[in-house]
Amino acid sequence: MNSVFVICEIDEGKIADVSLELLTKGRTLSNTLGCKLEAVVLGHKLNGVEEELFPYGADVVHIGDDKRLDPYTTLPHTSVITGLFENEKPQIGLLGATPLGRDLGPRVSSALKSGLTADCTALEIGDHEDKKEKKSYKNLLYQIRPAFGGNIVATIINPDCRPQMATVREGVMKKEIYSPTHKGEVKTIDVNKFIKPEDTVVKVIERHMEKGRVNIKNSSVIVSGGYGMGSKENFEALYELADVLGAEVGASRAAVDAGFAPHDRQVGQTGVTVRPKLYIACGISGQIQHTAGMEESAMVIAINNDSAAPINKVADYVITGDVMDIIPKMIKSYKKNSK
Amino acid sequence: MGLKIIVLAKQVPDTRNVGKDAMKADGTVNRAALEAIFNPEDMNALEQALRLKEKYKGSKVTLLTMGPGRAADIIREGLFRGADDGVLLTDRAFAGSDTLATSYAISCAINKIKEVDIIVAGRQAIDGDTAQVGPQVADKMNLPQVTYAEEIYSAEKGKIVVKRRLDRGVEKVEAPLPCVVTVNGSAPACRPRAAKLLMKYKHAKTISERQNESEDYLNLVNDRPYLNINEWTVNDVETDDNMLGLSGSPTKVKKIENVVFQAKETKVLSDNEGDIDELIKELIDNHTLG
Ligand SMILES: Cc1cc2nc3c(=O)[nH]c(=O)nc-3n(C[C@H](O)[C@H](O)[C@H](O)COP(=O)(O)OP(=O)(O)OC[C@H]3O[C@@H](n4cnc5c(N)ncnc54)[C@H](O)[C@@H]3O)c2cc1C
Ligand SMILES: Nc1ncnc2c1ncn2[C@@H]1O[C@H](COP(=O)(O)O)[C@@H](O)[C@H]1O
Repeated sequence: MNSVFVICEIDEGKIADVSLELLTKGRTLSNTLGCKLEAVVLGHKLNGVEEELFPYGADVVHIGDDKRLDPYTTLPHTSVITGLFENEKPQIGLLGATPLGRDLGPRVSSALKSGLTADCTALEIGDHEDKKEKKSYKNLLYQIRPAFGGNIVATIINPDCRPQMATVREGVMKKEIYSPTHKGEVKTIDVNKFIKPEDTVVKVIERHMEKGRVNIKNSSVIVSGGYGMGSKENFEALYELADVLGAEVGASRAAVDAGFAPHDRQVGQTGVTVRPKLYIACGISGQIQHTAGMEESAMVIAINNDSAAPINKVADYVITGDVMDIIPKMIKSYKKNSK
Repeated sequence: MGLKIIVLAKQVPDTRNVGKDAMKADGTVNRAALEAIFNPEDMNALEQALRLKEKYKGSKVTLLTMGPGRAADIIREGLFRGADDGVLLTDRAFAGSDTLATSYAISCAINKIKEVDIIVAGRQAIDGDTAQVGPQVADKMNLPQVTYAEEIYSAEKGKIVVKRRLDRGVEKVEAPLPCVVTVNGSAPACRPRAAKLLMKYKHAKTISERQNESEDYLNLVNDRPYLNINEWTVNDVETDDNMLGLSGSPTKVKKIENVVFQAKETKVLSDNEGDIDELIKELIDNHTLG
């Protein structure tokens, strides 16, 4: 039975969270299908990287270690993955919907003529009956994603071409250790077989990356602000509340677009998906693209001066009033009661 | 030496205003039910192309769009802002295309245009949010790609230098020409329509749009060939029919559902200190906080 493959990404010298999330999901899929889960890592100086992957259930780790694979550029990575997939014939190939995954995925799927579904929020195994062609398919990958600005959810399938490829955003799937003692096999990719001289024509001349990205996804309490916060200065009140509560600050897209908060704090369909214990939405109207990224929070408090704001529908507690008036009261109350 | 630049632009339904009848029973989009707009990031792409045209004298910007007849609006919009001409690729054979079949059809049209230096696309279209067509066109044409471009610094001596915007930083890359560049929404906004160009191209039409026009209009187009918007069907480009439309699309839509919210039991509080204090105490007591 052909395997499920996860193309892993390296972030600051470690396997990126989104790749571990995909391995966790991939493990479930391969258990359902009764096949192996295989991981691919490309880069340079990858010694020991397999140890990070085995606990998440990888049965095989393919490693391509070469100077030409770091920093990432499209063509050498495409050639290696395409070549590997042509040999290994995975039934499923998954990538993170990161800048890298969304650069590499389409290129590989085009080369393999395999089709690719972007930004899936759920992956399931199921059957399909094609009534017109009178064909039935068993155990296809249901690639489930929001479409049309999040107003509908579509299930996409890929009946005839392999691999069935999909990208998934960071934070959408849960990351879970499969077994701390799980071990698999390491296979070294002979990259010279795949990388062509003309693959290295694109050169990275300069690169400035910020270190230590904010990671709102792993925070158990999130204080999130929207356009209703009014200004970047007012957003400071949220940082203060977050600081007191031991929380992280999130934001809506309108707040990010207005420059109140940086993009890596954006929650929602085109930001990160979060499911904290508590989500406090301050001055956020609650459009579907925002709620798509936070509705699984265990508890939601909505603070809005409009008592009919849509966010109230997904909230456990609604406080109607001015955020700038309410936040200081919360800070004061928490300081008093937490002692 | 001037550059030959192609801008890929898509007419998209304005997904910010979607009603119930947005999808047809076969799972494809019911475009008729929605307002059609110029895909926002394709506007950023157009601006980059126009800047190159200003910088390198003798350059030519051609807008290429694949879509139904009314997508000619996109080309006119581009002409009003400074593009030199446009191609509408339209045929029933392209209907139902996924990104792979779309990229294939677009790459066939570009092959017909020939000797292209740069293909600029938007990063992604707001109807599907896939960001696949740019890279897949590059693959079909066997060209390098530079995605998430924020600024094209230069395109000379067979090389393009581009600033890319990534999640957490920026990168400056150099690629050989010809190549495909996809432009990010964080790139400069497109210039507005120019009044002079609006006057000039107001009556630009495709051959289908000209069908019901008066004799006078047709004479006008004869005198002013720039009023012709090229319209190509599947017969005008060299294609392998198996790679087009639904049959050339490996991905199929199995099911479409409207998003429904699970109703929650909501407690409404006032903004007075007492109410807020009660809530915070409760959250501390049940260990949600602290
Ligand atoms: C394809 C697509 C993808 C998108 N992806 C995302 C995404 O990932 N994340 C996201 O968030 N959005 C996304 N959006 C945008 C989304 O549709 C909304 O536009 C956005 O979420 C609105 O942000 P907001 O609620 O902060 O602003 P607004 O809708 O302007 O709401 C502001 C709210 O603040 C309240 N308010 C104003 N003043 C005060 C005050 N003093 N005190 C209390 N309340 C006040 C108002 O009553 C209002 O409810 C996307 C849109 C599209 C089309
Ligand atoms: N039908 C089309 N006609 C012209 N350009 C397109 C078309 N579809 C996609 N594109 C280009 O490809 C980019 C990415 O589209 P998408 O992969 O659909 O998100 C868009 O921003 C356009 O520049």
